[in-house]
Amino acid sequence: MGIRLEKAWMDLNAATIASLPAQLGVYQVADSQGTVLSVGYAGARHLFGIRSALEEELHLHGDRATKFRFEFTSNYRSRWDELLMLHLYDHGQLPSHQQAEQSRVGRLSPN
Amino acid sequence: MDFSLNEEQQLIVETTRRFVQSEILPLEDHLDPDAGSLEPADQDRLVAMTKSMGFYGLDIPEEYGGPGLDTTTRALMAIEMSQHRAGLYNPCYGVFGGAGLAQLYEATDAQKERWLYPTLRGEKKGCFALTEPSGGSDPARAIQTRGIKDGGEWVLSGSKLYISGADKADYALIFARTSDDPGRNGVTAFIVDTDTPGFYVRRVVHTLRATHYATELQFDEMRVPEENILGEVNGGFAIANDRLSRQRIPYAAGCIGPAIRAQEMSIDWAKNRETFGSPLAEKQAIQWMIVDNEIDIRHSRYCVLEAAQKADSGERFRTEAAMAKLVATEASSRVIDRCIQIHGGVGVTKDLPLERWYRELRIRRVGEGPSEVQRLIMARDILGGSFK
Ligand SMILES: Cc1cc2nc3c(=O)[nH]c(=O)nc-3n(C[C@H](O)[C@H](O)[C@H](O)COP(=O)(O)OP(=O)(O)OC[C@H]3O[C@@H](n4cnc5c(N)ncnc54)[C@H](O)[C@@H]3O)c2cc1C
Repeated sequence: MGIRLEKAWMDLNAATIASLPAQLGVYQVADSQGTVLSVGYAGARHLFGIRSALEEELHLHGDRATKFRFEFTSNYRSRWDELLMLHLYDHGQLPSHQQAEQSRVGRLSPN
Repeated sequence: MDFSLNEEQQLIVETTRRFVQSEILPLEDHLDPDAGSLEPADQDRLVAMTKSMGFYGLDIPEEYGGPGLDTTTRALMAIEMSQHRAGLYNPCYGVFGGAGLAQLYEATDAQKERWLYPTLRGEKKGCFALTEPSGGSDPARAIQTRGIKDGGEWVLSGSKLYISGADKADYALIFARTSDDPGRNGVTAFIVDTDTPGFYVRRVVHTLRATHYATELQFDEMRVPEENILGEVNGGFAIANDRLSRQRIPYAAGCIGPAIRAQEMSIDWAKNRETFGSPLAEKQAIQWMIVDNEIDIRHSRYCVLEAAQKADSGERFRTEAAMAKLVATEASSRVIDRCIQIHGGVGVTKDLPLERWYRELRIRRVGEGPSEVQRLIMARDILGGSFK
């Protein structure tokens, strides 16, 4: 099983968000260049799961955030940590607003 | 056996209970239901509190600066410390501190300086890497990771599976086969810094437990100096057995806390929830579930306290510790299952802690020696060595 989030990117806008089921999972949000702006999760505290989480991302990044991809999982905490570690491995640091997580997450050396 | 608490134990139990109720539960109201850690500021504040209470580093032996609790008192605390949502695998989110890997207390002075003392000071973390893809119940036979001597070093190659916390560890205790002996006499324990070239954490292994996740490790011709061997070459399995059996007792006790809390919640719910014109508590089917819960909780408690008292009085307690682990993990699983049934739909939602306890307790019947292995230990003791 591949450990990277390899789903297709989707346009991030109110209409796409509204079309998603209100499930729990993990996601990445990126700008038009493909730079990942957030690696996040939709947890049980998000009223409408992934929909509410992505609405928060839109609010946070505004027009910069243009696309997203997601994966539904009830193991959103461990999968989120795994994606953060992968991001750290690939880019050397986490997205700027998530730097505080850097001291919390571990190290991964994927094949 | 007398299971009544002495004055000091009573005070410790009450203090711990108050701490959980006034410090942990309110914070949990705002955390993700699967959270495994507190906000750093809360963590620091609560660690300062446990230090001022003299309870920090509960499992550290007195000669190493720990509070010197006996096993019974430690088990009683474990029952209290686990009475919250994250309580099974993160009792009080670790604000009572850790004691490091039990095996490190058998290390040489130089090894203690390098790994044990920094761990006790909270500066380093270790992980325990025994299980391999080939199996964990019978590691002595299953271990395939090889250690080959090359001059003053050992070259380790192989893999490990389900290793908790390896991604955040500064060092790992790795068991490798170092001779042609196919059993326990061919295995050596190595302490390996995780930044050693050839040490790889390949992936997170997602399980029913969302925090403290397990990982898969790979060792690719990892060179480890001779002085990193813990104990004797080919003597890796002889290390710290007594300490490990002793640890099994608070481990078992930690399963009872969620069962007690779930039973309290269910009694409350049964008295207030009405169906068919009367409270659930008036239905015999519900009453019997509550009674069966009480039997399971008390049975677990007696087994844990019996094992703890034997350990404290210097008697043999291996059978009792195995029994406590088996009974507490299985009985608490049954209790949580019944409590979910009593709660109905809300019992399986993330609005209540029951679903997390249900998932995490399932792991407790496999981890730290599965139920079958505990039965095996007891059978050996009861039937005698010739029936291995
Ligand atoms: C979340 C999690 C975290 C873990 N963390 C760690 C860790 O940090 N470090 C580490 O080293 N390991 C860790 N483990 C591994 C754990 O200790 C093993 O899963 C356990 O020892 C069982 O080994 P196995 O999974 O390979 O099962 P197997 O050994 O393949 O056994 C399969 C089943 O057969 C049963 N069985 C085996 N022998 C007998 C017998 N003689 N009679 C009857 N039944 C038998 C077992 O009880 C088990 O139920 C972790 C596991 C999990 C799930």
